Amino acid sequence: MASAPVDRAEYVRDQVPEHDFGVVHKPLTTWERIYGYGWLRKGFLLLVLAAIWQAYASYLDNALVLPTFIETLKAFVSRIADGELLRKSWVSIKVLLMGYGIGLVLALVLTILAMASRLGNDLLETLTAMLNPLPAIALLPLALIWLGLGNASIVFVLVHAVMWPIALNTHSGFLGVSPTMRMVGRNYGLTGVPYVAKILIPAAFPHILAGLKIGWAFAWRTLIAAELVFGTTSGSGGLGWFIYENKNVLDIPAVFAGLFCVIIIGLLVENLIFRTIEMRTIRKWGMQS
Amino acid sequence: MKDATAGALLQVEGVTLQYKTREHHVTATYRVSFDVHPSDRFVLLGPSGCGKSTLLKAVGGYIAPTEGTIRLKGVEVKKPGADRVMVFQEFDQLLPWKTVKQNVMFALEASKRLRGKEAEDRAMAYIDKVSLTRFADSYPHTLSGGMKQRVAIARGMAMEPDILLMDEPFAALDALTRRKMQDELMQLWEDTRFTVLFVTHSIPEAVRIGNRILLLSPHPGQVKAELNCDGTDAEDAATGKRLTDRIHEMLFVDAEGEPEAVHHG
Repeated sequence: MASAPVDRAEYVRDQVPEHDFGVVHKPLTTWERIYGYGWLRKGFLLLVLAAIWQAYASYLDNALVLPTFIETLKAFVSRIADGELLRKSWVSIKVLLMGYGIGLVLALVLTILAMASRLGNDLLETLTAMLNPLPAIALLPLALIWLGLGNASIVFVLVHAVMWPIALNTHSGFLGVSPTMRMVGRNYGLTGVPYVAKILIPAAFPHILAGLKIGWAFAWRTLIAAELVFGTTSGSGGLGWFIYENKNVLDIPAVFAGLFCVIIIGLLVENLIFRTIEMRTIRKWGMQS
Repeated sequence: MKDATAGALLQVEGVTLQYKTREHHVTATYRVSFDVHPSDRFVLLGPSGCGKSTLLKAVGGYIAPTEGTIRLKGVEVKKPGADRVMVFQEFDQLLPWKTVKQNVMFALEASKRLRGKEAEDRAMAYIDKVSLTRFADSYPHTLSGGMKQRVAIARGMAMEPDILLMDEPFAALDALTRRKMQDELMQLWEDTRFTVLFVTHSIPEAVRIGNRILLLSPHPGQVKAELNCDGTDAEDAATGKRLTDRIHEMLFVDAEGEPEAVHHG
């Protein structure tokens, strides 16, 4: 490398300390700032969808087939105001939470068994392979024979709907925990349940949370479907029953209001509950960007 | 017990390590023996495939030897324990859901060494030793690679274990940071004189860190030599060669023959 050019002089410079040049800052334009809000973007999309609905329904002009957005909104507000929708929603949510809770606990027990031994692992794999593809609602006739016409049947079906997706996700989350993290846990003497609680569950939390979300969606769908097929228990049905009842009396705006309510509850749970959990856990920990 | 090993903290005697793959048994090390004395900076050095990491995991209690014994303070090592703390190469050895302070405290509390205020004080003292006090409440994902390894070292040292087991802790760092971390580790050792068993495949790192270097040959790992080192890469009185050159020859140039057979590099 003798021929490399050396006709430039060397130099060394002093660095300007950071406090001498202040903060370098380029302000965003108003448009960039507005566009930065996720809820504004989503709200805009919802408005567009509502406008399309309203326009098409006005053009169709047949409330029996498709009531307009405004009509639906009116029916929704009046049914909320007289407390009927809220009562029905509460009935649905109560049953849902019961099924969800039991399903969650069972899924956790099954996954911990699967982590503890090979036989447990085989049990989980076989059961999920068999039962996960089975639509929960298909079990309803059986549940009715076994458990009778009551909430117990619906809860049974819900547990089935919730348990397998949560168990599958949790299990794959546990399997994905890095060997290093496992070794760290065992290094400090953790075994058994403390090991699962302090290492495996937090380390697999992104997967577990995904499972919880899928389980929630499955449960909600299954519940509404179950209530439609077989609605009321002890005189007070849930949202599915509300939809079914109003279809029978051809109050189609109320049917839409019921569907509306199902969607709104789904959105609330997704955006308030799951989003909050996500922000406070895996995002804060840098496990998801 | 023999007199020669009376001062040994860790005794590894004739350890053969094997692990199973689907097709066959792989022998990682074959009848490896060495003694680590208190306050040693004992380095296991060898090319990849010499089983040095596997050996360290066996000392950690994660792998049981198929032959031979590992004793710590005369007691046979059977399973992982808080008297031998591992520091890994991988950054995910820190628990991402805990802050720096919580990571160190977790180790103390999970192993039931200390709890509450005492654990917090001890944790902060060691975090201070690695100069991360300002970052005590930060989550690991906000730290640089070097800082993460310093947290891992602080966590290991806070346990005040009989021996610290370091598995290429600086291998994933950039060259400048690695050099700095090596100096810091030596400074920490000057302060507390802990015993460390250090695995590396870098000859300069081994020479800088170790006071005693065990050379392992690959496939399977066998002891090639055990050398003294004062950290200065000094010339050997008999051959007039620098330590790094001697090690290099033993490991790479003269892979088959006897080390004495080499005359010049």
